[in-house]
Amino acid sequence: MNQAGTMPRTETMLLNVGPQHPSTHGVLRVLVELDGELIVRADPDIGYLHRGIEKMCEYRTYHKCLPLMNRLDYLAGEVNNLGFCLAVEKLLGVEIPKRAQYIRVMLAEFTRIASHLFWLGTHGHDLGAMTPLFYAFREREKVMDLCEMVAGARMFPLYLRIGGLAADLPEGFLPAAWEFVKTFPERWHDYDNLLTKNEIWLARTKDVGVMTRDEVLDWGWSGPMARGSGVDWDLRRDNPYSSYEEFEFEVPLGVNGDTFHRYWVRMREMLQSNRIIAQALEKIEQTPPGDIKCADPRVSLPPKERVYTEIEALIHHFLIIQEGIKPPQGEVYQAIEAPKGEMGFFVVSDGGPQPFRVKVRAPSFVVLASLDKLSRGRLLADMIALIGTMDIVLADVDR
Amino acid sequence: MSAVELLQTKFPEEVVEVVEFRGDTTVVVKPGRIVEICQTLRDDPDLSFRYLSMIAGLDHLPQSPRFGLVYNLYSHKNHDRITLKTYLSSDTNPVIDSVTPVWNTANWHEREIFDLMGIRFHGHPDLRRILMPADWVGHPQRKDYPLRGK
Repeated sequence: MNQAGTMPRTETMLLNVGPQHPSTHGVLRVLVELDGELIVRADPDIGYLHRGIEKMCEYRTYHKCLPLMNRLDYLAGEVNNLGFCLAVEKLLGVEIPKRAQYIRVMLAEFTRIASHLFWLGTHGHDLGAMTPLFYAFREREKVMDLCEMVAGARMFPLYLRIGGLAADLPEGFLPAAWEFVKTFPERWHDYDNLLTKNEIWLARTKDVGVMTRDEVLDWGWSGPMARGSGVDWDLRRDNPYSSYEEFEFEVPLGVNGDTFHRYWVRMREMLQSNRIIAQALEKIEQTPPGDIKCADPRVSLPPKERVYTEIEALIHHFLIIQEGIKPPQGEVYQAIEAPKGEMGFFVVSDGGPQPFRVKVRAPSFVVLASLDKLSRGRLLADMIALIGTMDIVLADVDR
Repeated sequence: MSAVELLQTKFPEEVVEVVEFRGDTTVVVKPGRIVEICQTLRDDPDLSFRYLSMIAGLDHLPQSPRFGLVYNLYSHKNHDRITLKTYLSSDTNPVIDSVTPVWNTANWHEREIFDLMGIRFHGHPDLRRILMPADWVGHPQRKDYPLRGK
């Protein structure tokens, strides 16, 4: 107390974090109100990466939307395309060949591993562990190489098509994929050894950002974020798509719902993904090569030799190229288990060649909404752990 | 009792239409009692739609009613989805009650729709723009908003 007998006045401080800051994983800006080092309020300011993807979709044909979808969660481009392709295929009511479905599953799981590895490396880096980044990126690089083999691009592989795939797997892909699958569990132990029992890691992640099961549902969390709190829910198992029902895998669960349990869920998920890839590769080897497109002439381009020899095939080719695919009038919602949680595509068709409306249910956007709730009363340094555990990609948040 | 039956029994006046398309069930309801409808679906012990997947805004210009909202609900208990759809009565001043009291996750979904579609949510705790800058004029997701700016 001062001489006048009153308590000294304290004020909270407003701190600007981002939008250009290494630990905000892109262009996230958070306005943080601080009382000393404790967070009173955290207000995420998003939209720096808003490209209006949903709006742009309304002005182009369904196929031309695919490159845009790649750029939602750019760490898992193939998974976004899978969701959108499945939504449009559902709208069209077409079934695609098993081989294409298995290849899609395999790529989705490879992408999940790559996305989780990126999360692991950067999350560790944010909290002061430099080494896991190098190990994680070592294997991520291998996945990128595989993406490059099938699609020619690393970050934005454009390999999926509505009604199937762009081409069959290139020569040499399967041995390279098997090589990854066989070595990955061993590599996985490198990350495990570095972090799981690391005391600094435990101190920074245990009991940070605890969410109960009820809160998880209320805040719309999905994927590994929800499973960290023990919500036993995986869309691959509970609402299977793309033949996931034929695969055997476990759904790792956490108990405490803190940052450490979410870490541990994602870690074990990588091994399960590896298991799925091994099964998918076996299934791919058992299916006839080249069977990668649905036969529906409204959806898939006919083979070139038929286009040159048959008038009917030429017309179908011409219609798809000139006008685009025209799904019937209606609306569908297709959700898939993306690496970051439930990625949903709500597609409305008015019968024309362009979607009437595309709404993307982005897992990162939903999870980021709870940053304020989680960080209140915590240290500023914990907020960095929270942003890391959310595994957000700002391109997915802002769309 | 299925979700559709429950709504038809408890809110016979509100349910306009039930649409089945490609395995998705959509219940079209009137906008007036949306909060009660959502609460009923969430709290019913058998249905337990405790998870709001997303809310999407629709603009049907030049048709009237112009604005629509789509709520996608999921039940972890039954691994079941239901879509609620409602059309707003006013084309010039679209407003509906906020479902944020029912699910906290609705907060940002509604802010996004307010920002991009210009639909106001009555009773929303923090209705500000979210993706566009605070001083932005217009609502980019509306059909009369050009793709390449004004």
